[in-house]
Amino acid sequence: MTTQAQLLPGTLDLLILKAVSLGPLHGYGVLLRIGQISGQALLIEQGALYPALFRLVRQGLLRAAWGTSENNRKAKFYELTAAGRRRLREETDGWNRIAEAMASALGARAEEI
Amino acid sequence: MSVAAWFGSLAARWFSRGGQAEGVDEELRSHIALRADDLERSGLTRAEAERRARIEFGGRVKYKEQIHEALGGNFLGTVVEDVRFSVRVLRKSPGFTVAAVFTLALAIGANAVVFGLLNALILRPLNVPHPQSLYVLEHGPDRAEDESYPDFLDLRARNRSFDSIALYNIVSVGLDTGKNPAEVMGYEVSGNYFDTLGIHPYLGRFFHDADEHGPNSAPYLVISYGYWHSHFQDDRGVVGRVVDVNKHPFTILGVAPPSFQGTLLFFFPDFWAPVVNDEQLAGRSVLNVRDEQEFIMTLGHLKAGVTPAQAIGDLNRVGAWLDTTYPKTDAHMTFTLARPALAGDLLGPAVRGFIAALMALAGLILLAACANLGSLFAARAADRSREVALRLALGSSRRRLLRAVFTEAVLISLAGGALGLAGSVALLRELSVWHPIPTFPISVPVYPDARVYWAALVLALVSAFLFGAVPVRQILRTNPYEVVKAGSSGVIAGHTARRFTARDVLLVTQIAICAVLVTSSLVAVRGLVQSMHSNFGFDPKNAMLVYTDLNMAGYASDHVPTMQRRMIEAVETIPGVKSVGSIDQIPLGGSGPTESVFTDQTTELISSKSAFDSMVYKISPAYFDAAETALLRGRAFTGQDGKGSIPVAIVNEEFARRLFGSVNNAIGRHFKPEVGPRLQVVGVVENGKYWQLTEDQKPAIFLPLLQSPSSATCLVVRASNGMGRDPQLLAAAIRAKLRNLDEALPVAIHAWSDTMSIALFPSRVASVALGALGLMAAMLAITGIFGMAAYSVSKRLRELGIRIALGARRKEVLAAALGRPLKLLVFGSSAGLLLGILATRVLAYLVYQANPRDPLVLVGVVLTMLLLGLVATWIPAQRALHVDPQMLLREE
Repeated sequence: MTTQAQLLPGTLDLLILKAVSLGPLHGYGVLLRIGQISGQALLIEQGALYPALFRLVRQGLLRAAWGTSENNRKAKFYELTAAGRRRLREETDGWNRIAEAMASALGARAEEI
Repeated sequence: MSVAAWFGSLAARWFSRGGQAEGVDEELRSHIALRADDLERSGLTRAEAERRARIEFGGRVKYKEQIHEALGGNFLGTVVEDVRFSVRVLRKSPGFTVAAVFTLALAIGANAVVFGLLNALILRPLNVPHPQSLYVLEHGPDRAEDESYPDFLDLRARNRSFDSIALYNIVSVGLDTGKNPAEVMGYEVSGNYFDTLGIHPYLGRFFHDADEHGPNSAPYLVISYGYWHSHFQDDRGVVGRVVDVNKHPFTILGVAPPSFQGTLLFFFPDFWAPVVNDEQLAGRSVLNVRDEQEFIMTLGHLKAGVTPAQAIGDLNRVGAWLDTTYPKTDAHMTFTLARPALAGDLLGPAVRGFIAALMALAGLILLAACANLGSLFAARAADRSREVALRLALGSSRRRLLRAVFTEAVLISLAGGALGLAGSVALLRELSVWHPIPTFPISVPVYPDARVYWAALVLALVSAFLFGAVPVRQILRTNPYEVVKAGSSGVIAGHTARRFTARDVLLVTQIAICAVLVTSSLVAVRGLVQSMHSNFGFDPKNAMLVYTDLNMAGYASDHVPTMQRRMIEAVETIPGVKSVGSIDQIPLGGSGPTESVFTDQTTELISSKSAFDSMVYKISPAYFDAAETALLRGRAFTGQDGKGSIPVAIVNEEFARRLFGSVNNAIGRHFKPEVGPRLQVVGVVENGKYWQLTEDQKPAIFLPLLQSPSSATCLVVRASNGMGRDPQLLAAAIRAKLRNLDEALPVAIHAWSDTMSIALFPSRVASVALGALGLMAAMLAITGIFGMAAYSVSKRLRELGIRIALGARRKEVLAAALGRPLKLLVFGSSAGLLLGILATRVLAYLVYQANPRDPLVLVGVVLTMLLLGLVATWIPAQRALHVDPQMLLREE
């Protein structure tokens, strides 16, 4: 747990989109999936997930429907819409560009300038 | 998604706040259960697992709030919350709320009334099918609408752009339904009138083109629904009944539908009769005379696809044909089209100008009210600056605070709007059943409709945003730290004492607007007073008018003058009657016959060669005595000016001056009228008013009744002073005398000063309207100045207390407390007065002899504004003078 990092603002939406893009999930499932794909490195407050989920549904990026979980509990499942898929692609590209730029900026050494 | 479903989801989102919260709750519960399942699997007991899951999840209430926000909030929910809060706040200051609502109710009410007039008289077309293609024909440069019957027939037959053209005229007839013969007003119309308009009978049938077979061939009557209701008690057996019209039998064919009230907006006819019977209806034979333009209007629907411009071209083509065929009577016939409702260009421009000017003034009232409320709101915001600062410090967003301010503004304006609208609807209904002129079936149908309600709502919302926006800057600039530090009544009051604030500007604006309105209402009242006392060329006091038409009682040609003489002689015998004269149309009585006049040298009597148009009256010898019109030169008519002797005329001063150069020159000279022999001038009388009070001086001719008989008779009965005091008694005596002569003669008797209401009607209406607006403006000025003065005194009570404690005199205290509001008052009033003087042009639309430079008006305005200032500052001044320094200083 010592390697866990605080989320940058704005990145939660992207993470949720990514998690859901791998297959329909209920809210708790999204949480577990993010933990899994980030190697348990990113810390998300459990409750904070839901305002983000509702926001994404309202923006038309996610679609929600009630269903039954693997251990037979009623749960709301989220799924990516076409708009959500497009947004995920754009955001991923944008994120990668920033990450590369940041990495190269922070990796700069005096002799390279 | 269907529209219904969309509305459904919208409604669900607005109204089912509970339902959504449940969905959220369920989802969060499911999350915790799933987490607890996992924890349970790792070895915890179920209870412990659930506890841990809930703790890990965090604050559910907080997240639920965030979810609501993520959903864009619950619109209706927040609005309801805002409204509840605002109502609570407003209830805490009832004085402010009542004053604000009342102010707005006045302003919006005034605007709704004026808009109601605008809507009913200008925006709303006549109540006939397809009113948009209905036009009235106007001809000549004066845009005259009256037409002669032969010209009408030619226009109807030869035009290619109208479906059909109908003609109508207003006539009054003596109608005898078996009981009392009475004078009734209605239309004589061409046979195609109802078919042209597309009106269908309520009962029985209408007459058509096919019913006309030449003069007096169609003795039929269609009566209005109103007349049927009031005179026949809704008796369906009325169809087919024969009644006497001017002693001729006419058959009632049917009843018009209640929604159809003729083709003039103000004038509701009681009946319609075929114009081919004009001789029986109006007692004349003009149907074959091309230059007697005796029929007031021709109108029709344009054919589908024909534009008004094309129709005008077509009519001008017919006009050119008339010109070449009848050069003597129909020279230069050019046409234009207009809307029929306000008699086209006859009344249209006057009514439109009047209402536009009223609308502008009412708009000013609303603006003044908004300025008033704006400054009240600003003062309130200043008072609540600590509250605002505290709320900001506690984390409220400025947006939320502004929303609260606007919610308050909208609430106040909606309440004010509703109140104002209720008042104006009552007033408009009152107006609609009002008969302004007792001797004429005229009414002003201004029933409010949905458009008026919408206008009031829009006005209310617009004004809410106008005055609600005033304190916005104040709130945006509030710095919580500063305000809280400064303590109780610090910052704002300190600022206003020095700078010229937005509130001052608002107050000056408001006072200026009020001064403009006070100026205009004083100008109007003064104009009315002047018009009442201007020289009419006769004296309506102490005189009675007896109207009758001998044609209605069946008198023809030679019997008419004889009967008139017998009537005069009979009335003269009544004790207390000084003199009795007879005239065919009373001056300023709402109608005025004119005729072209030619110099004696003119040989070709066509309209282009005429010297000018003159009023023409036909009188008995004693008329000038009875009317008290001064004879300047020459002699009055005598009994010898009859059929056998030379044709003579008496003219007025203006006529003499224009045709002969001076009054002295006129006696014994000759001139030629349009028809008939040349006339010799035997006398000159003083000038007078003939058609309306605002007219430029018109020339007038008076002819002896014995030489140019007229069956239309108006006896002027001049009473000695004692008798004139009881007009009822005199009227009864006259009626008895005339009944002795002929039982079936319908007569109407009025005091002359009462019938002047037709001539005075426009200035009366203008004075009432402007007076009401001026009164409102005065009230607004009082509340505005009062608010400002009271506020400034209450803010500076401590300072005033200290001044009094240090020995300041009353004058000094007053100067300190009220100097500023009074300075603003003087400033605003001068600006308003100046504007009022500049606005003469607008006022000229409303008022006869509008002259704001009149010293009496100027003094009146200054005095009124001073008085208003005195009234408004009285209470605050008292409060300032009675400050108890000890009490005040102890308080903090």
